[in-house]
Amino acid sequence: MTQETQVIQSPMLQVEDLRVSFKTGEGMVDAVRGVSFNLGREKLAIVGESGSGKSTVGRTLLRLHPKSARITATQMRFGDIDLLSCSEKTMQGIRGRRMSMIMQDPKYSLNPVMRVGDQIAEAYLAHHKVPRKEADQRVLTMLEAVRIRDPQRVFRMYPHEVSGGMGQRIMIAMMLITEPEIVIADEPTSALDVSVRLQVLATLDDLVSQRGLGLIFISHDLNLVRSFCDRVLVMYAGRVVESIAAADLDKAQHPYTQGLLAALPSVDARRPRLPVLQRDPSWLTEPIHA
Amino acid sequence: MTTTTSPAAFDSTPQSSAQALRQNLLRNLRKLLRNPLSVAGLVVILLLLLLAAFAPLVATHNPLLQDLGNTLKAPSAANWFGTDEYGRDIFSRLVYGSRITLYIISLVTVIVGPVGLTIGVVSGYFGGWVDTVFMRITDIFVSFPGLVLALAFVAALGPGLDHAVIAIALTAWPPIARLARAETLSLRKADFIVAVQLQGASPLRILVRHVAPMCLSSVVVRLTMNMAGIILTAAGLGFLGLGAQPPIPEWGAMISAGRRYMLECWWLVAMPGAAIMMVSLAFNLFGDGMRDVLDPRSE
Amino acid sequence: MAMIEVDKLNLSFGEGDDANQVLHDVCIAVSEGEAFGLVGESGSGKTTVLRCLAGQYNHWSGRLAIDGENLGRKLEKARCRKVQMVFQDPYGSLHPRHTVETALTEPLAIHGIGDASRRIDAILTKVGLPTSFRYRYPHQLSGGQRQRVAIARALILEPRILLLDEPTSALDVSVQAEILNLLADLRQREGLTYLLVTHDLGVVAHLCDRVAVMQHGRIVDLIESANLVGCVPEHPYTRMLVEASRHYDRHMADSVAPEAA
Repeated sequence: MTQETQVIQSPMLQVEDLRVSFKTGEGMVDAVRGVSFNLGREKLAIVGESGSGKSTVGRTLLRLHPKSARITATQMRFGDIDLLSCSEKTMQGIRGRRMSMIMQDPKYSLNPVMRVGDQIAEAYLAHHKVPRKEADQRVLTMLEAVRIRDPQRVFRMYPHEVSGGMGQRIMIAMMLITEPEIVIADEPTSALDVSVRLQVLATLDDLVSQRGLGLIFISHDLNLVRSFCDRVLVMYAGRVVESIAAADLDKAQHPYTQGLLAALPSVDARRPRLPVLQRDPSWLTEPIHA
Repeated sequence: MTTTTSPAAFDSTPQSSAQALRQNLLRNLRKLLRNPLSVAGLVVILLLLLLAAFAPLVATHNPLLQDLGNTLKAPSAANWFGTDEYGRDIFSRLVYGSRITLYIISLVTVIVGPVGLTIGVVSGYFGGWVDTVFMRITDIFVSFPGLVLALAFVAALGPGLDHAVIAIALTAWPPIARLARAETLSLRKADFIVAVQLQGASPLRILVRHVAPMCLSSVVVRLTMNMAGIILTAAGLGFLGLGAQPPIPEWGAMISAGRRYMLECWWLVAMPGAAIMMVSLAFNLFGDGMRDVLDPRSE
Repeated sequence: MAMIEVDKLNLSFGEGDDANQVLHDVCIAVSEGEAFGLVGESGSGKTTVLRCLAGQYNHWSGRLAIDGENLGRKLEKARCRKVQMVFQDPYGSLHPRHTVETALTEPLAIHGIGDASRRIDAILTKVGLPTSFRYRYPHQLSGGQRQRVAIARALILEPRILLLDEPTSALDVSVQAEILNLLADLRQREGLTYLLVTHDLGVVAHLCDRVAVMQHGRIVDLIESANLVGCVPEHPYTRMLVEASRHYDRHMADSVAPEAA
């Protein structure tokens, strides 16, 4: 596939054998146990069930993990920067500027007492030394780009005045205005209704392809990922058990991936019972499928 | 962090409800003991309890016995904390005073806890005019400073230890009621309350068995923290001569009596003052630890 | 005869100019032993219908009937024996300080039903939990186990109707499959009637025979799940929901009217 070759030519992000463990009351808990992947200008999905470590991977890339976390990796590079060892100052230059993150619920990610436009402008001004006027102009352009119909009006609104879908689009605008190279989206549409979800996805889709970004799309929704992303990493218990082109998901090799797909209820397959996933302890340790 | 391990993997499955309760208590106790400050508070409170229980054994002198030939003596081997203006041993008076302090605290708590909880829970659950009436009454009580209100009550009832207790209780319930009400408001629409409504439970049953136990922990925490305030108010009333009457060795009254000699004989004021400070600090620290353990949000 | 009848159900919140009508002439009839689904997006009023049947609102107008008997405004004990509900969030629907045993004893105690211990063992087995779980607190259970306890609590009064409010939307796919299988089995074995509310068309098509599509407080479409297989529904809104449940399609997004701010 052309997509695959392109990835090999220009990996923007290289992660090799990433391990994350957290200290809890009951000792160390391994959340991520040896995850490796490359990201190019593509839409890469990380899917898995709760507790699989998929969100931890996303947060670790941006160094947003809690202080109690212990992180090791053979390699974690973004372009020519080593994300493992770089200073916090370098990280601040990357976070939000070259690599940004869209969270699940815009309600908790937007500052409730600040106008929407000001928040986006601030995100831009934090990384670009331009006059405020110019920043505002950029914000309006960006709001238009995420297909908000009346950017002038939305600019002056407070977060509580906008709907969920609009809020998520504002988040996307805020995260993309600094023109990052990589966007990490952690369940960006899980809190949204079907019709709104469609539009937010379309917005994200268009921007990613227009600007040639790398997108890491963290989700639990196999059905969505299958048609939205280029490549899928399936995570189970902190490890990637399968890495597969999204279009080939039906031909997944790993029994876990197969089990997840089979357990999905569907309008098109009426079955009296859904096959229940039988977890095999060997999945925790076996070598990873190509 | 695999999805296969059950979250209870580290707890053995309890075999009876008694065992389940015990496991729960043990876990809470472990949590409490992890915080050194609250352990310190707990130790002081336990000491206070022991002191009060074994006061006759601990005290070196009769706390009420005057010895006019031995007045205002500085701390020494014979009188560890010195003597007061009537020659009474201050250490022994403090030891017996702990009984009075505990008497006030426990009586106030026993009155305030149930009253505040009931008013708050009823008001929060039913809402409407019930809520309006109860909360306006609460507002009236809250709008006066506690000590001033207590003073007014004692002035009306006449000085004395029991009257002081009643006065303090009257000023201490509104914050508890407000707390319980706020807690109830957040619970009222919770799914588990709706579920029990749908089972056909009567409002009384819902309040007693489902809502109140959820409010109980924060009320207990608040009461523990309040104990410091209660001790101080009691001491304040004692100091003003409206609480325990002489010769009862109430700590606040001791400070009040000693203040005339404060410049020459510092121990008359410093010793009971230190006792009050230590005990109220201990209750505050312990309350803090209790909050960490009992607050449902911290689980 | 219809087990659940909802006839011209209207409900609004607020008064005068601020009144916000959330249900407009909703009519459904669910026959005995049937599983009926209500799908829609948030604000469509689907959960409100369920809550009216559960006696959570009492200012509705229209007619609600269960097993041929008209429902009053107040929730009577007799209705509780017939209708029970399973909630969306397995973390919020169990009392955090009650053990499984306490949670299951409570409904029996309210209705003065004896033989609690044996009944609890039986119901735990029925929902696929080991009987040793009865002394556990909710925080010692996983999401799927909690939902099983919630189902057990609903079934211990031996109701004829279960109201299911998004019972699997907070669960992982593999756990969702287990719960859906359990619900399907229970319905078959006990002859229960289900009214399921969800936003997930896959779930509703799997579990239900018929589906009503709700939008803005109205029922806009009524379909048989069997007819959905591989087909494109006529009603545009239903079509959008069905297509979106199948896959993401860039072109589909353009056909959906953009939302207002």
